[in-house]
Amino acid sequence: MSTLVLLTITGLGLGAMYFLVASGLSLIYGLMGVLNFAHGALITVGAYASWWFGEQLGGGFGVRLLVGGALGILTGAVVAALIELVLVRPLYRRPVEQVLVTVGLALALGALVQGIWGADTKPILIPDWMFDTTSVFGANVPNDRFLEIGIAAAVLVGLTAFLRYTRFGLVIRAGVENRAMVTALGIDVRRAFTIVFALGGALAALAGVLSGVYFNGIDPARGTSLLIFAFIVVVIGGFGSIGGSAIAAVAVALIQQYANYYASSGTGDLAVVLLLAAVLLVRPGGLAPKVAH
Amino acid sequence: MRPALRIGVPVAVVVLLALVPRLPLEIPVVLSGPLDSPGTLQLLALCLLFAGIALSYDLLFGFTGLLSFGHALYVAVGVYVTAVALTRWEWGLLPTLAFVAAVAVALPLVLGAVSLRVGGIAFAMVTLAFAQAGTVLVQKNPYRWTGGEEGTGLNYDEIPDAFVGVLNTKNLYWLALAYAVLVFVVVRLAVGSSAGHVWRAVRENEPRVAVLGLNPYPFKLIAFVLAGFLAVLGGIVWLLLIGGATPEVTTANFTLALLVMVVLGGAGTRYGAMVGGFLYTLLDQRLGSLAGSSEVQGLPDVLRVPLSEPLFLLGTLFVALVFFVPGGLTSLPARLRGLRPRREPLPEKAAT
Repeated sequence: MSTLVLLTITGLGLGAMYFLVASGLSLIYGLMGVLNFAHGALITVGAYASWWFGEQLGGGFGVRLLVGGALGILTGAVVAALIELVLVRPLYRRPVEQVLVTVGLALALGALVQGIWGADTKPILIPDWMFDTTSVFGANVPNDRFLEIGIAAAVLVGLTAFLRYTRFGLVIRAGVENRAMVTALGIDVRRAFTIVFALGGALAALAGVLSGVYFNGIDPARGTSLLIFAFIVVVIGGFGSIGGSAIAAVAVALIQQYANYYASSGTGDLAVVLLLAAVLLVRPGGLAPKVAH
Repeated sequence: MRPALRIGVPVAVVVLLALVPRLPLEIPVVLSGPLDSPGTLQLLALCLLFAGIALSYDLLFGFTGLLSFGHALYVAVGVYVTAVALTRWEWGLLPTLAFVAAVAVALPLVLGAVSLRVGGIAFAMVTLAFAQAGTVLVQKNPYRWTGGEEGTGLNYDEIPDAFVGVLNTKNLYWLALAYAVLVFVVVRLAVGSSAGHVWRAVRENEPRVAVLGLNPYPFKLIAFVLAGFLAVLGGIVWLLLIGGATPEVTTANFTLALLVMVVLGGAGTRYGAMVGGFLYTLLDQRLGSLAGSSEVQGLPDVLRVPLSEPLFLLGTLFVALVFFVPGGLTSLPARLRGLRPRREPLPEKAAT
């Protein structure tokens, strides 16, 4: 029982990161039709920026994580907005070229980070209370798992509120549904593109920061591996659907955790791939309809 | 182009390439040693091998408009299944090759049949996921067959003597050249066949093909299986060339590299993918050793760090090419002459 609880909560922590990456990817694809391969590089950029700012700041681990994390997220948003403005926007109406540009960027940014800070894992120092465990139904769960789950839940609520109750949210939702119509009504959808890209970059960077806490360190390859599972989550959850991403993220992470523990290491990853194949064969559009809500 | 040139140019290029191991020439900067030295031959063999593998990918991406992110899987099958059968199961060479050939048809047939049920981005994702399953399987190291992160060596007992040892690098070079020529001929014949016409029609407008009364599915499946089979053959050549299997061949980054090669040269053109594959590999290898040179090491950090990462340079070059030379490098001569580029357009609908 206690193992099951521990696996479940750890799996939810992993699912939190999948969700953060997938929600950005999903919105970007849903709205703009751009499959952003550079999203993995944004995870890496966010993680390294927060670590670097933390090193410059010094001070307690908690302060480093908080301030460094905030600056890392800001960096992710700025880099993503720049990518959209400079590289993706001119290729509007050329979807294949857009994908290719983000592929090139993913390779270049990843290599640049590796060139500057090396391929080895950088340890992330976290406050003692995160290392401590809390007893839940007899399972000793490390406290940082609750942090990841809490942040992801807050992001889910915040994003949903943003999409539902703000004007920009309305434009984005309408754009996902029918971009041509929104443009025809005289609304400049391109501004929403930049905002959604920046938002996705910020969420990816946040996922990068949290992955440093979750895995106790950061390395240049983490972004790519998170990205592949986020892709799977997006496809299963349906493009453009935040709620679908959340459900799919939890399902994918839990299946992965359970199968990796109860069967053998690696089985979980295979099970997730099989799940994806099964879902696509039954419902090629993903589990949720293509509506941002 | 006149028919005589059409046949003559490729034949001349192949003859020239075949003579390379006999030419004691020095090409400064581009190559580190004379043409007939084993190190240089090994590098050129890799370039030719990747020219062939890139063309097999172009059969999917450039000619049929299928954006697959799982082509690395088939190369990996060629590398790993051959290595495991020879080294772990201690099979003879012929049974191994027969088995690998069977897998090379069966695996893309099954996976293609499943993944082609969806199109566009969903197809890209499913192929990516299947390739990821391959990565996981290799890392998992079942029964200690694949060797996990370490990779696995090759049992040379069954390999013909002509392909063993540094002195025989020239034979491996000729093998790689033969592979590249084989892929080129097969792809030319396939693209020129009636199925090839349907592939290009599918690339341009798939619903229209369906409306005209042809079911695109079996044609796409044929392209998928043929491309997969050629990639597996490439994997076998790679195994002989490197003398072992390493897990990097299974990664998504390798498929992305193939995509970069194809677009670099010009997707869906006669020579584009091969030129791209050759150049990419040459740059990837040579930029790495250039980074270690004293000139680069003496530069300030701001310049030295980016210059030391071949992938950074290649990625940046790639982005610039997509922007400024959308037809790839092989469209450059036509562009420079001010003519309309001779390229066939990229598959527009692959990402929609």
